[in-house]
Amino acid sequence: MTKESCLSEYDRLEPALPGLRDLRRRAIARFGELGFPTGREEEWRFTDVSPVAERDFPHPDEEPDASEVEELASGPLAKSQLAFVDGLYAPEFSSPPHGVTAESLGDLLDRNPAAVEPFLGRTDGGAFAALNTALFRDGAFVRVPRGTAVAEPLHLIFLSTTRAKPFAAHPRILAVVEEGASIRIAECHAGGTSPHLTNAVVELEVGEGAHVDWSKIQREGPEAYHFATVQVRQARGSVFASHSISLGAALSRNDLGVLLDGEGAECSLDGLYELGGTQLADNHTTIDHAKPHGTSRELYKGILDGRSRGVFDGRIVVRPGAQKTDAIQTNRNLLLSAGALANTKPQLEIFANDVKCKHGATIGKLDPDVLFYLRSRGIGREEAQRLLIHAFACEVLDAVPVAEVRERLEEYLLDLVSRKAGV
Amino acid sequence: MLEIRDLHAKAGDKPVLKGIDLVVRPGEVHAIMGPNASGKSTLAHVLAGRDGFAVTGGSVAWKGKDLFAMTPEQRAREGIFLGFQYPVEIPGVGNTYFLKSAYNAVRKHRGEPEMDAADFLTLIKEKAKLVELSDGLLTRPVNEGFSGGEKKRNEILQMAVLDPALAILDETDSGLDIDALKIVGHGINALRNRDRAIVLITHFPRLLNYVVPDVVHVLIDGRLVKSGHRELALQLEAKGYGWLEGGK
Repeated sequence: MTKESCLSEYDRLEPALPGLRDLRRRAIARFGELGFPTGREEEWRFTDVSPVAERDFPHPDEEPDASEVEELASGPLAKSQLAFVDGLYAPEFSSPPHGVTAESLGDLLDRNPAAVEPFLGRTDGGAFAALNTALFRDGAFVRVPRGTAVAEPLHLIFLSTTRAKPFAAHPRILAVVEEGASIRIAECHAGGTSPHLTNAVVELEVGEGAHVDWSKIQREGPEAYHFATVQVRQARGSVFASHSISLGAALSRNDLGVLLDGEGAECSLDGLYELGGTQLADNHTTIDHAKPHGTSRELYKGILDGRSRGVFDGRIVVRPGAQKTDAIQTNRNLLLSAGALANTKPQLEIFANDVKCKHGATIGKLDPDVLFYLRSRGIGREEAQRLLIHAFACEVLDAVPVAEVRERLEEYLLDLVSRKAGV
Repeated sequence: MLEIRDLHAKAGDKPVLKGIDLVVRPGEVHAIMGPNASGKSTLAHVLAGRDGFAVTGGSVAWKGKDLFAMTPEQRAREGIFLGFQYPVEIPGVGNTYFLKSAYNAVRKHRGEPEMDAADFLTLIKEKAKLVELSDGLLTRPVNEGFSGGEKKRNEILQMAVLDPALAILDETDSGLDIDALKIVGHGINALRNRDRAIVLITHFPRLLNYVVPDVVHVLIDGRLVKSGHRELALQLEAKGYGWLEGGK
């Protein structure tokens, strides 16, 4: 998708895009200024986006293959409340929950743009986020009213189909969780074995004293390029937990930014990337402690096989006046092969004097002493590796609160591990 | 059952075992004693199949088969158990889950059906009484945060569960206080039977006050220089190893 083809894509689609004309115009102008990032930019040093920048990924014009959609629907879609196929809301597979607003953002923008305009595009993001703002056609809008505790987890499923030509989806999620409300959300991206681009943006407002738990599972097909910009703003005393799991796609990049914009806000950001072949997963996070008495905990773990590469860049900012901030960041990587590579980079920018901030990173292999111990008890080499890889991952997996998501992940991960152990 | 013939082995580049001959029959308890760096642990690890040791001569037959043709897990499934001098900690792997995986791997090898979690829990709780290991330690990750004595008791628990034909216990007594030593000794004695052979590898004779061996061997500089009965251990207790090292 060269910059020029993105700009002409905007011109082609603009008349049909739902709402937000001014915002979109500004966004495409910003994208035009920025262009696709290159390796010369520090934030993109390890992640080469040329496979996306040098090839066209237009919005698909044709309907997806019905039988494939049907097949996907019986698997990952079974539990979904909001389902999206190639970026568009699929009402036939959706069963929106009660007691909370969860609906198609595209429909809402057609019907009542005033309901969402104040919340959309409040932060800039980079080139990919700007491109999403300019081009998105659909996505999810979630609103949890004040004081409402939503008991059942909300599942948002984004499926890609397999198509003859490369294509793009730019899904957008806007979630507003009001004062004292709570919800668990599971966002899943899956499907599609042909080349495609997913360029998602999530904006989340966590109101005063609200609790939000967000699991994101990315298990896209082997030729997918997955980009996501997630912007979270937390008000006073709110609690936000995220679990970002990257398993699929040839290349994936998550930019997760959390602004602790009220006193005493807490966030915990967990991540797990499990890669093989020539996969690359890049997680950039920024935790911005803007107010005092904030707490952040961050734990990202990588399991890297083949010639895969995992990138973790964790930035923690403590603004002047954000006293009594308590931040801990950890990144651990397990390399299963000589060709795998992990890059880890903590960035602490501390402008307050009464704070506790710690960070640590490790890159290691499976411990041969431990492997031998297990084998000396009769456990085969592959099974021993499986046990140890699972043990490494479980710190992150066990914290995923949505049981069916956690269980499916465990199965998927163990499956993946046994396939890889056989190589 | 175990026949070691003229075994030579290196640890890294260094020749450590320089011609070991030893035959162990079912039901026998052998003690192999020796000073530091005499090759005791190398012998244990070579028998269990650890990387980093190269067999440079001789042979070991296990129930008539070439031991060195088997992977470590095959040796374990064929009934050889190594009790580690330094049991490793395995964060994230529950002790019971680990033992169940090992137990079922052995059963599968024997052509027996795998045991389910509930039945296994009953079994392991019963066996844990033998070494006075609390239920809490069964649910914790393997050896994580265990005291030195608890780790060694956990080794004997594994031995009890896996029911090996041959147990090689490498310095199982090291680092134990007198109470822990009694518990471990009692556990080993309870596991003695006509079919099971035990090889106790130890520097100090004190374990042999609790577990009385049939034969005592002295290993010095990679060779078994003397074999005898329990009295040999008592002599070593009184005189140390010096009087046997003269011939080097």
